[in-house]
Amino acid sequence: MKYMLLIYNDPARQPAFGTPEFQAMMGGYFALNQRMTSDGVLRGGEGLKGVETATSLRIKAGKVETMDGPFAETKEQLGGYYIIEVADLDAALTYAALVPSAAHGTIEVRPLMDYNPAG
Amino acid sequence: MTAAASGALAATRALDSLAREDRGRLLSALIARLRDFELAEEALQDAMISAVSHWGRSGVPASPRGWLLQVAYRKAIDRIRQRTSDTKVANGLALLTENETSTDDPEMIPDERLRLIFTCCHPAIEPKSQVALTLRTLGGLSTPEIARAFLDQDSTMGQRLSRAKAKIADAGIPYAVPEPDAWPARLTSVLTVIYLIFNAGYTAGPSVGRDLAEEAIWLCRMLDRLRPADPEIEGCLALLLLTQARREARTDADGVTVPLAAQDRSRWDRAAIAEGVATVERALGRRSPGPFQIKAAIAACHSEGEQSDWPQIVALYNVLLALEPTPVVRLNRAVALAEDGGMETAMGELDLLSDALSDYQPYHAARAELLVRLNDVTGAQAAYTKAIALAPSGADAAFLRAKLNALGP
Repeated sequence: MKYMLLIYNDPARQPAFGTPEFQAMMGGYFALNQRMTSDGVLRGGEGLKGVETATSLRIKAGKVETMDGPFAETKEQLGGYYIIEVADLDAALTYAALVPSAAHGTIEVRPLMDYNPAG
Repeated sequence: MTAAASGALAATRALDSLAREDRGRLLSALIARLRDFELAEEALQDAMISAVSHWGRSGVPASPRGWLLQVAYRKAIDRIRQRTSDTKVANGLALLTENETSTDDPEMIPDERLRLIFTCCHPAIEPKSQVALTLRTLGGLSTPEIARAFLDQDSTMGQRLSRAKAKIADAGIPYAVPEPDAWPARLTSVLTVIYLIFNAGYTAGPSVGRDLAEEAIWLCRMLDRLRPADPEIEGCLALLLLTQARREARTDADGVTVPLAAQDRSRWDRAAIAEGVATVERALGRRSPGPFQIKAAIAACHSEGEQSDWPQIVALYNVLLALEPTPVVRLNRAVALAEDGGMETAMGELDLLSDALSDYQPYHAARAELLVRLNDVTGAQAAYTKAIALAPSGADAAFLRAKLNALGP
């Protein structure tokens, strides 16, 4: 099954750039990327720029409304994601626990929709 | 009586004697093969209905369980066929049908209940649903029975169970016994569910339909059989047995709670205490202590001898606090300290817990009790009043009100 690991964190609680903690976090991400690649489970993943760069859009009564900011104003923001393909939820949770941001944020694990279950 | 009527009677009797033990086993084996909780339940239900008419007509088969399993497979295949016209699925079904021939011998029916209970108690499922699903699949309780135990509407409970089963399928929760590194945390999840079931029954008493306290003990015994020599499983079983042993003595004739120290010890179930003590001793002998073992050891210290062994209980709470540093454990340790002569230390501890446990009835009850002993009547009255407002049951409220009234106007 394919899962998305959505990485949420509060920028205020995240280690600051240049600190040893930041180095350790980046080292953790590097190790995780290597591990998921060598395990053959990594299908994709990216980090996102901060929510101050976000623009939201919706269509109301046929008109496009464009707004500054993220969809929801919350402390914990979507900061990045991985897509992995593993046997089951337990395997997905094992990788989620290795995401360094789990130590100060939250990793949401969501199965991807399967559009062709019989295939 | 006509032959048909006596046949139907024999069939019903045979089905009844299969009871919950067999239902859980059959269901666990069906889910292992079908990988679909809903389908497995429906198929087993279909097979039970078939059994009534078939066994009534042609007699009870030599292996009723094997018969039910085979018929349930066939019924499941029928249901899948009705759902789909996909050839790939149909090919998969051919495989299922092939496999079913090997299940003639009832001893060959695999016992997959360990996988079943770990799936039902997976932490990805909401705790209340873990409890409901465990009672439904392993205990064989009906949805209305579970709804009654948790004061829910039948339809609400039905939806809860459907949602949980859907999550198992959609989120890919495995039907598996966890790996050794995940075992301790996942076992705690399972034992917590069993303990919640026990507590629900212990609080409500046996009047509410099925006796959930007995149900929990039954589940824990099953777990102990399926995974022998696990010290935390043994610890949990011992804790349940030792608590259950005091059940008859914990309320008086008017249904008012009787505190442990005032209980009539002749009303304790000595056989249950003996088994509980032996079980916790066996567990501790395995030299891998855990929270359930320590809690059981504390319960044993209350149950053996003429009175509770407070110095030993304090020592055990210190161990427990290291394993489980929660405010409730600190509260219980403080109470033990007070009983062991450390009244001032105990009061100081309680003061530190006032924020964390402000909505916790036992906190206010314990505080009131200590204030009485320190002759602070006004303080005790306020604490009892708070405890009464938070009391979970009428029996507890009545007990606390009597205590409050005894302090005078």
